[in-house]
Amino acid sequence: MSAPDIARAVRRMAHEVIERNKGADRLVILGIPSRGVEVATRLAAAIAEVEGTEVPTGTLDITMYRDDLRRQPTRAPLPTRIPTGGIDDRIVVLADDVLYSGRTVRAALDALSDLGRPKAVRLAVLVDRGHRELPIRADHVGKNLPTSTSERVMVRLAGVDEADEVRIAAGETP
Amino acid sequence: MTRRHLLSIDDVDEGQIREILATAGEMHDVQHREVKKLPALRGRTVVNLFFEDSTRTRSSFEIAGKWLSADVINISAKGSSASKGESLRDTAMTVAAMGVDALVIRHSASGAAHQVSQWIDAAVINAGDGTHEHPTQALLDAYTLQRHHGDLAGRHIAIVGDLTHSRVVRSNLLCLTKLGARVTLVAPVTLMPSGIASWAAAEGFSVSSDLDEVLAGGVDAVMMLRVQKERMSGGYFPTPREYTIGYGLTRPRLDALVAANPEVAICHPGPMNRGLEISADAADAAQSLVLDQVSAGVAVRMSVLYHLLASGEPDRGYAA
Repeated sequence: MSAPDIARAVRRMAHEVIERNKGADRLVILGIPSRGVEVATRLAAAIAEVEGTEVPTGTLDITMYRDDLRRQPTRAPLPTRIPTGGIDDRIVVLADDVLYSGRTVRAALDALSDLGRPKAVRLAVLVDRGHRELPIRADHVGKNLPTSTSERVMVRLAGVDEADEVRIAAGETP
Repeated sequence: MTRRHLLSIDDVDEGQIREILATAGEMHDVQHREVKKLPALRGRTVVNLFFEDSTRTRSSFEIAGKWLSADVINISAKGSSASKGESLRDTAMTVAAMGVDALVIRHSASGAAHQVSQWIDAAVINAGDGTHEHPTQALLDAYTLQRHHGDLAGRHIAIVGDLTHSRVVRSNLLCLTKLGARVTLVAPVTLMPSGIASWAAAEGFSVSSDLDEVLAGGVDAVMMLRVQKERMSGGYFPTPREYTIGYGLTRPRLDALVAANPEVAICHPGPMNRGLEISADAADAAQSLVLDQVSAGVAVRMSVLYHLLASGEPDRGYAA
């Protein structure tokens, strides 16, 4: 995906979020670090452009909730910033760059339940590459990218990286 | 031997200190949440093995472990087999044999934590060994000062009082200088350890016996150390009154400090001897960070436990 492709996808997702929610009322968008935060920021900006309302955004770090903490070298946690007003009885839209196994989203749902009780939680991802390992699906998808598990999906977003780009990199052949 | 202990600030480099402090910042937010619980250490067991009295260190390690979902057990020497004459080695090996993941240990002998780390397989965290070190206290002091002042590079911090019997001072000196701060140690000559100049290979540390001169030179923080009556077999200073006049943070000194620098931070590792090394006015002043230090203690200990225990990988911790 090129930069304009990404911008169009985000704009469409913004429309979908508004349509599904019947407006931008009571929405909170939480990005999962690191690139999910950038997706959340862009989604909020696109919604503000369409609806003229500022949607509270924040970040939700899931490091402490990962199911593979013990298998990895220690990772330093990244910030969790919940907007003032909290998430109780709000519609929380989780934003991330790539949806793959679903384990990150599982961890995010656990993290959310320690922070409050949203009315509903929805999932918006820039890329869905398939290969789910848990019963989880996205509500809003920028682009479905069928991939093989040996491939890698590289998402680069300006703000975190130098430029906008999504591409599939070949992995080692098994 | 794998690296998986926290025995001395000497073993922790600047980058690792900054990482611990950054993680502590994230942990601090948990204290203000409705559900004060993170699942990171679920299924891990932490034992607090305390051969000396402690309120804040032991309880903050306990809270820190529990908020990370670890199981925490407290063993104090009073009421344990240690009071029946069991050796440190046997006690430590016995506890370790129960399958614990970490031992938080406080002991009156310098080097006790290091000794224990040689005997057992679990992670060992030094919660104070004699007059040697108290690394988590230094980390929480640095965390508290950093929250107050921002980066500590170039800041001037005076550590005042009983340097001979304090384990806090050595850890703090190492930690603060690694973060780039300038440290002045202030004590009466009788409470100045011999060979103090060889303590820190670090730059930016000096020693003085004139508190008023140091304070007049300008400081960003003063850290008052407790006069450790229980470790003194007498003769270090003529009378408590005289100590207070020479080295206590009295009302006049407080006023002068605040007038010179309203942003000055006043720290004390606790427990305080009010009226001896610190006046009640100073302890309760707006510039006093004593309670911030306590609340930082939980966050910093969460961070340390997390970094030592969260990963199952062998290469973790800070001691060789």
